[in-house]
Amino acid sequence: MTIAYLEAIRLALGESLDEDPRVFLYGQDIAGAFGGAFKVTKGIAERHQDRVLNSPISEDAMAGIAIGAALEGMRPVIEFQFADFATIAFNQFVNHAATIHWRTGRSCPFVARLPVGGTPGGGPFHSQMPESWLSHHPGLVVVAPATVADAYFMLKDAIACLDPVMFCEHKYLYYHLKADFDKTRAEHLPLGAAAIRRGGGDCTIISYSGMVHEALRAAEILSRDHDLDCEVIDLRCLRPLDTETILNSVARTGRVVVATESWPFGGVAAEVLALVSSEGFSHLDAPPRRLCALDTPIPFHPDLFAAHHPDAERIADVVLETMAF
Amino acid sequence: MKPQPQKLPSIASPKASDPASINDLRVRHLRWMILARALDDRMCKLKAQNLVPGSVFTGRGQEAFSAAGGMLLRPGDVFAPLIRDQAGRLAFGETIIDVVRTCMGKRTSSMRGRDGNIHRGNIDLGLLPMISHLGAMVSVVVGMLMARRFQGKLVGNDLCVGMASIGDGGMNAGALHEAVNAAAVEKLPMVLLVANNQVAYSTFNDRTYACKDLVDRAAGYGFNGQSCDGTDAAACLAAIGDAVARARRGEGPQMVVATLLRLAGHGLHDPADYITPELKSRFGDCIQLDSNTLKIQGVLSEQDIERLWEDARTLISAAVEQAQTEPDPDPGQETWNAYAEPDLKKVRT
Repeated sequence: MTIAYLEAIRLALGESLDEDPRVFLYGQDIAGAFGGAFKVTKGIAERHQDRVLNSPISEDAMAGIAIGAALEGMRPVIEFQFADFATIAFNQFVNHAATIHWRTGRSCPFVARLPVGGTPGGGPFHSQMPESWLSHHPGLVVVAPATVADAYFMLKDAIACLDPVMFCEHKYLYYHLKADFDKTRAEHLPLGAAAIRRGGGDCTIISYSGMVHEALRAAEILSRDHDLDCEVIDLRCLRPLDTETILNSVARTGRVVVATESWPFGGVAAEVLALVSSEGFSHLDAPPRRLCALDTPIPFHPDLFAAHHPDAERIADVVLETMAF
Repeated sequence: MKPQPQKLPSIASPKASDPASINDLRVRHLRWMILARALDDRMCKLKAQNLVPGSVFTGRGQEAFSAAGGMLLRPGDVFAPLIRDQAGRLAFGETIIDVVRTCMGKRTSSMRGRDGNIHRGNIDLGLLPMISHLGAMVSVVVGMLMARRFQGKLVGNDLCVGMASIGDGGMNAGALHEAVNAAAVEKLPMVLLVANNQVAYSTFNDRTYACKDLVDRAAGYGFNGQSCDGTDAAACLAAIGDAVARARRGEGPQMVVATLLRLAGHGLHDPADYITPELKSRFGDCIQLDSNTLKIQGVLSEQDIERLWEDARTLISAAVEQAQTEPDPDPGQETWNAYAEPDLKKVRT
């Protein structure tokens, strides 16, 4: 059956509510027939009226409520309307949820669903990628599914995870990414594992979230036009990082390009390059490269927006520069 | 290592369900106030002896209000104290030994030296380990009460109660506003104790809020609000007792605002010379006032009160002696792991 990325999230949420009385959903506009700003909870909200609750516009309280309910044995899933608004919950996430296990020995299992990433016209406050500042803090698990199957499996695994999980779901993929999905046959990797989406020996392209699809397209271009065989890694889980898969791939290819939709400074791409440079230096045949969004707030106009973040063509250009080193 | 619930030695549990007379209640209240004051005093001495890392934050002047909150709760309730709540914590069930261990950063403490002083707690007892960000604990109490409602535990007319502390400073934090509003929307049995001690660190109320009285905000949030003189022990018991009873009966969230004065600096490091003699002269010391009242009313003699202090100091000395023999955390033995999941690569449903 062909389903969209958003429908995979809805499926995982609906099944979790059906199967586990500890699960409840809390967020703005998610209840009843309305079913959320992006309609993720449409249908399931009506089926589980007692456990799908609208919240006030109070992101800090949403996160604090998730922490409290998790400590009392529930498995809360809180929906942020846009990941940009998770800044309001920053304190509860990084100072509270992230520190509870370390400080007290108790686990704090909840999922914060964060619609991330840009869409044309979204502008500076509805397009951001929060994974870099969230993953800076020990104690938070930060994941970013890029496929329909991962949207389903990673959400179910995130709900099962004992730690607070920041679930970065890309809102461009919501309706634009569709795939055949059969949960009994689809590949289901563990939550903390990276995936090799395409094998190849010439250069490793590392990405996550929506940018994985540009990386795969870049690999196609490089294969078709330049006879290059690129390996594409989808990190899936950004914190903790699957360092083994990254280093093993670089050992095979000797070249690495990291492509993200996020800003460059202090980001996940920088972390991957630090890892490759310090622990995989002997494997490298060329300087590791990163390709990130431009270092400004995210622009409103579709033309400016398109120029702001990497695409397949630009990734392919950087891979060619790396190959020519 | 989970923190284990421990019994407080010697002092009978104030949460026992025996039909205590008002006088018994008031004597037990004074005992918690004195125990907290004596413990705060001892922690200050330990700091002077360089046995306590970090600063020491006391609840001096706020014991009557805080102890009343803690002792009017019962097992199964939730309490989110703040830094001035030594008295309420003890009355709710925190042990003296854990206070001493945590302040000394001992490996045996509930926080194992990873966190210290007023951030201690025992989630198994419903005593939340506060973070330093004011207002942040209140939504956690909301979440705990919501969880109990999901679990079918919030039914009937004798509900469990979630109590949270805040002050005149914290009342202006965004997190507090969000949490209090959410508690009211959910009509939860929450009691918010607001200790208006006149000063947020060194900033007086005229620079922290502009409404006439903080209790005026109760109606704005959809809370039932009441005020009391925070230096008057009987008034604190009456106001909080009424608020807790209303919450238990299902009348929704309650706010109790106490007027009092912080009789110390923000922490031991702060001489608080910004508190003028004129301001000090307007507020009494709740422990002195209550001791005098109970003596005048013939409930306790001077000797009885002296014995309460002696008993408190004896208990505290025993705890300090024990804690001093206990090990500090060992960096070489630490797991240095912030995650509950041992291996994310094994998490697969």
